Amino acid sequence: MKNPYLPYPVRISKVEIATEDKTLRTFEFEFLNREDAAAFTYLPGQFAELSIPGFGEAPIGIASSPTEGDHLTFTVSRAGKVTTRLHNMEQGDVMGVRGPLGHPYPLKDMKGKNIVILAGGYAVTTLRSTMIWLLHPENRDNYGEITFIYGARTPGMLLYRETLEEWDQRSDVKTYITIDNEVEGWDKYVGFVPQIADQVSPEPDNAVALICGPPIMIKFTQPVLDKMGWTGDQIIMSLENRMKCGIGICGRCNVGPYYVCKDGPVFTKAQLDELPKEY
Amino acid sequence: MVMGDLKFCPKEGLSRWVEELSREHTVLVPQQAGDAVEFLPFAEGSELSLDRQPTAPPKKSVFPQTETLMRFEYQKDPEHPDRQTLQIKETLPGKEKTVILGCRPCGARGFSVFDPVFGQGEYLDPYYQARREHTVFVSLACRHPENTCFCNWVGGGPADSAGSDVLMLPAGGGYVLRPVTDQGRQIVEVGGFEDASPEQQTEADRLAEEAAENLSPAPELEEVPDKLFELFENLDFWELMAAKCISCGACTYLCPTCYCFNISDEYSGLQGKRIRTWDNCMSNLFTHEASGHNPRPTKAQRLRNRVGHKFSYYPKLHEQVFACCGCGRCIKSCPMSVDIREIVLSAKEYADE
Repeated sequence: MKNPYLPYPVRISKVEIATEDKTLRTFEFEFLNREDAAAFTYLPGQFAELSIPGFGEAPIGIASSPTEGDHLTFTVSRAGKVTTRLHNMEQGDVMGVRGPLGHPYPLKDMKGKNIVILAGGYAVTTLRSTMIWLLHPENRDNYGEITFIYGARTPGMLLYRETLEEWDQRSDVKTYITIDNEVEGWDKYVGFVPQIADQVSPEPDNAVALICGPPIMIKFTQPVLDKMGWTGDQIIMSLENRMKCGIGICGRCNVGPYYVCKDGPVFTKAQLDELPKEY
Repeated sequence: MVMGDLKFCPKEGLSRWVEELSREHTVLVPQQAGDAVEFLPFAEGSELSLDRQPTAPPKKSVFPQTETLMRFEYQKDPEHPDRQTLQIKETLPGKEKTVILGCRPCGARGFSVFDPVFGQGEYLDPYYQARREHTVFVSLACRHPENTCFCNWVGGGPADSAGSDVLMLPAGGGYVLRPVTDQGRQIVEVGGFEDASPEQQTEADRLAEEAAENLSPAPELEEVPDKLFELFENLDFWELMAAKCISCGACTYLCPTCYCFNISDEYSGLQGKRIRTWDNCMSNLFTHEASGHNPRPTKAQRLRNRVGHKFSYYPKLHEQVFACCGCGRCIKSCPMSVDIREIVLSAKEYADE
């Protein structure tokens, strides 16, 4: 059995500034050893520890989809020691990735259902992974209607602009991209995610909603979904607590008896309603 | 118990046995070190300090306070001199056997709380497992419980064998040795002891019973896990319980069942190591996120988590076993006299009202 504390060595194959305020960058990694790429089997919703020997590790949701090939994509906000170091690294630099960790979105249970994705700000990362995975020809037919609602403060704060454009052109997904306030030249939606969700009014029948966003978005989206008749077990969310080991041992990411790293990060709203508010 | 399994080690034979064991193993025994009694390697002439509970439990023998998880080195890529590669080297502990002799049953019991977490879950911790497998515990049954002892509250006792490989039961100017595991049996064999006589066995049992009677009666704690969970949102309760706490973490470091750890890197030049160190859930920084957000910003929330983990979350996850061995070190060593027994009882009674 593999030692769960050892990262796989990777090389940064691409770095992009992801937002106009330059606080987010998107990194693509390739594994230094081919067998590691094969061992790193993951699904959308999982995360990994970005591991920079000498600086430490930071748990980040995986933004790529396994259907895209062997490389991994992460969009990282510059916040602490590790992510600040990462923002100073360049294409060609080496570091580590440890994972995959946590549970993915319940893609199997979602089969045959309509899927509504609600994303706000840079919490869209693992939902990008999910969208790419769902829209892959091998998977698309297993799911019903897909509705994707994504909002950011300004056009320049939207992640993955080109990919969003592609989804917007597709007929097999309803895409609603929104920004907070009117901007000249913007021809998509204007308004907060909860408002757009209210206008779109996705039906809860035979449907699942995946929601990731800042707490304020979640807070105001909830009543909108409640009004439409969505129940807690249909709403799937993802938590982020401070982590170290990522495998349910080191004791800091717990929410009551559950460990966000090992038992989550994906939880249903119904599960979260039973848990203490310790996140 | 198989006849002939129980041996008798006269008091004067103890050092010889330890010496014999130390030829092939590292043997850690409690020894006086300043004001403390610590587990230190036995060397010729070492004096065993067996008449009081060691200051700290033998936790670090299996779960060291600092341990290297890996070494790393950035190297120039010979094919592309402008590029680096990264070598990561696993640093697992060696396989040499360690014997801990003279810990108390509660100290060994602590590892039975660790085992499901480090060695039986979805992920296995290879560092812990390697040490655990190669460490043998010879526990000395207690004759005189202290007033901070409450092992009987949480399923233990002065002669509890959980987590131990051999029990040493005081009797007749020596110790009746009771092997608990095969590893323990082998360790006892090294001593070449005579069988314990029926009288010695009877006396050992009697002294163990007497010690058990000297403990304060154990309250019924079966409902405590649910009651603590019910009290979760009651911050008034937790603020009252934590009023004295200064978040120093002495309780966590001395606790045989506390296993929270941190992982950090040490780095110089192009090489370094990743280490794990004991961490302290009573510290504000423990859950402090890079964004500034902290799910447990107050000491009341942190104490709630510590007591909750031991008496509610852990039992829920692991067959109703409390993550506490009742050694009382957290009570004895707390500079502010926080008493976890009072908290557990207050929770039980509060919810009763």
